[in-house]
Amino acid sequence: MIPFIACVLLLLIGLYVVIAKRNLIKIAIGFCLIEYAVNLFFALVGFKKGALAPIITQPEQVRMSVTRNFVDPIPQALVLTAIVIGLSTTALMLSLALRLYERYKTFDISEIRKLKG
Amino acid sequence: MFVAVPLAGAFLIPLLAKLWSRLSDIVANIVAATLVGLSFYGWLYIRTGGMPLCYWVGGWRLIGIAMWFDALTALIVLIINIVGFCATLYSVRYLDRYSSGRWKFYTLLTLLLAGLNGLAISGDLFNMFVFIEISAIASYALVAFGTEEEEVEAAFKYMVLGEVGGTVLLFGIALLYAKASTLNLAHLSQVLSGMGRTPFYWFVIATLLIGFAIKMGMEPFHAWLADAHFSAPAPISAMLSGVFIKVTGVYGMCRLMFNVFGISRAATPAFFNLLIAFGAVSMVLGGLLAFSQNDYKRLLAYSSISQIGYILVGLGVGNFWGIAGALFHILAHALSKGTLFLAAGSVESQTGTRELDHLKGLERTMPLTSWAHILGSFSMAGVPPFAGFFSKLFIIIGAITGRMYWLAFLAALFSAVTFAYLTKVVNRAIFARKDEAVTQAKEAPALMVLGMVILVILILAVGIGFWGVQTQLVAPAAKVLLNGLDYARLVLGG
Repeated sequence: MIPFIACVLLLLIGLYVVIAKRNLIKIAIGFCLIEYAVNLFFALVGFKKGALAPIITQPEQVRMSVTRNFVDPIPQALVLTAIVIGLSTTALMLSLALRLYERYKTFDISEIRKLKG
Repeated sequence: MFVAVPLAGAFLIPLLAKLWSRLSDIVANIVAATLVGLSFYGWLYIRTGGMPLCYWVGGWRLIGIAMWFDALTALIVLIINIVGFCATLYSVRYLDRYSSGRWKFYTLLTLLLAGLNGLAISGDLFNMFVFIEISAIASYALVAFGTEEEEVEAAFKYMVLGEVGGTVLLFGIALLYAKASTLNLAHLSQVLSGMGRTPFYWFVIATLLIGFAIKMGMEPFHAWLADAHFSAPAPISAMLSGVFIKVTGVYGMCRLMFNVFGISRAATPAFFNLLIAFGAVSMVLGGLLAFSQNDYKRLLAYSSISQIGYILVGLGVGNFWGIAGALFHILAHALSKGTLFLAAGSVESQTGTRELDHLKGLERTMPLTSWAHILGSFSMAGVPPFAGFFSKLFIIIGAITGRMYWLAFLAALFSAVTFAYLTKVVNRAIFARKDEAVTQAKEAPALMVLGMVILVILILAVGIGFWGVQTQLVAPAAKVLLNGLDYARLVLGG
């Protein structure tokens, strides 16, 4: 139970950073925190106490019904995909932040206010 | 096929563009046209009584990824590809204002189409999430395409909000998987109907709803819409507003809520009332905010917020007419808003300004664009015999059938408001006396006009033939949503 609560706490911290900080890079980092929290949560969903990693090393294991002793592999696959998506998102966000810096010479979002409304 | 074609296009374009830069235009347009053809083929197949198509990737039944094509998918796919094709046609000349990187634009655009089409046909929960993210990332990059300050700022804001929404969605999916241990939508709905309505169940629905709400610009998460639509290149605004919001937000939510969770008006009125509440707020806020705008595209962006409110209200009413009206309005709005944004873009590219006060006398100098805008506005506002009238009529009929008279009144009232702020543009920009800045404006280049004209013709066609559209296209889709749990039976049986 504790790891799950920790994940939610991490998510809330990330959310706070996104909402309350004024520096663009900090907002991007906050978003990364949210991303990590959700990915961690998802990976933890598949965990079973005392189980093995879901890699079949000997062919005998396939025939024996050892499926109960493997950690659930599906969340791991999904988290892998989600991490890649998060990677491309972070890359795009940071390149946008860099481009904004070039134009406005500042990372502060209260300065970057050309758009009203 | 729907995914393979635009993906292949997206890969080919960067390679071929090295040879000849115009080639990217041609490839993109061929891709878009092929998609339109495929959409029609799929719809006709469903219409002539074919069973919904189900394709299990790799032949792994039930533990693999399913792709699913039924009446609702047919409607959504048609909308995506028709608007996509018109936007692609339009882009051929619109991109002349950006000195470089045509192929980048088309690559991103075909990626966007690939993502949206993939979302529409996916029958697997995580697959939906991946395609939502693909189309979202493509749209963030496209909004920032001009790399001017405004555009990058808008893209950053949009990106942070949109990605937080996507991550919330992922969180909801994680929760759902934790309980149900399956990702296939049909199997999921069976598992879920076996579970009780615990607080956990509601928490998952709430999380998913928030994720989708951010993506579709529902209150109170509408903040990104105005800036993003305003700063994006015109064909992207058309795609964003008319297609992306609806498909990723509304369609995603509908597919999950109706077909998987099996929510119906009788069982869970709270959910529907929530939709109505938020929809009504969106309608009112968007309409009022649109009124005070002085910039053409920003006005249209706020109008989109208002129209999403209509769609949510229609869905929230929950009976056949409400849902059919909402789906019809997705179609009508995609066509009308697409036309309006493309018209705004051509005005902007020819005259160099978007301030309504500076644009006068366009009727004489840009007749086709003006008429496209006028007809699009009429459809948007719900004037017969255009498409928008029938969609709003159905929503209002749904509200009256559900005995929510105040809702029907509100919808009708805001149709009038929509008409008012759209007429404001018409009056100021089109019919007023000529201004010096505008006398040099010529009519927009042929391909841009062609994109707009196709959409306008479709608006008229859907409007005049509305009964045919209703029975052939919209009603089957609405039935798919109403008979939510049949989805599972059809997928697993067939």
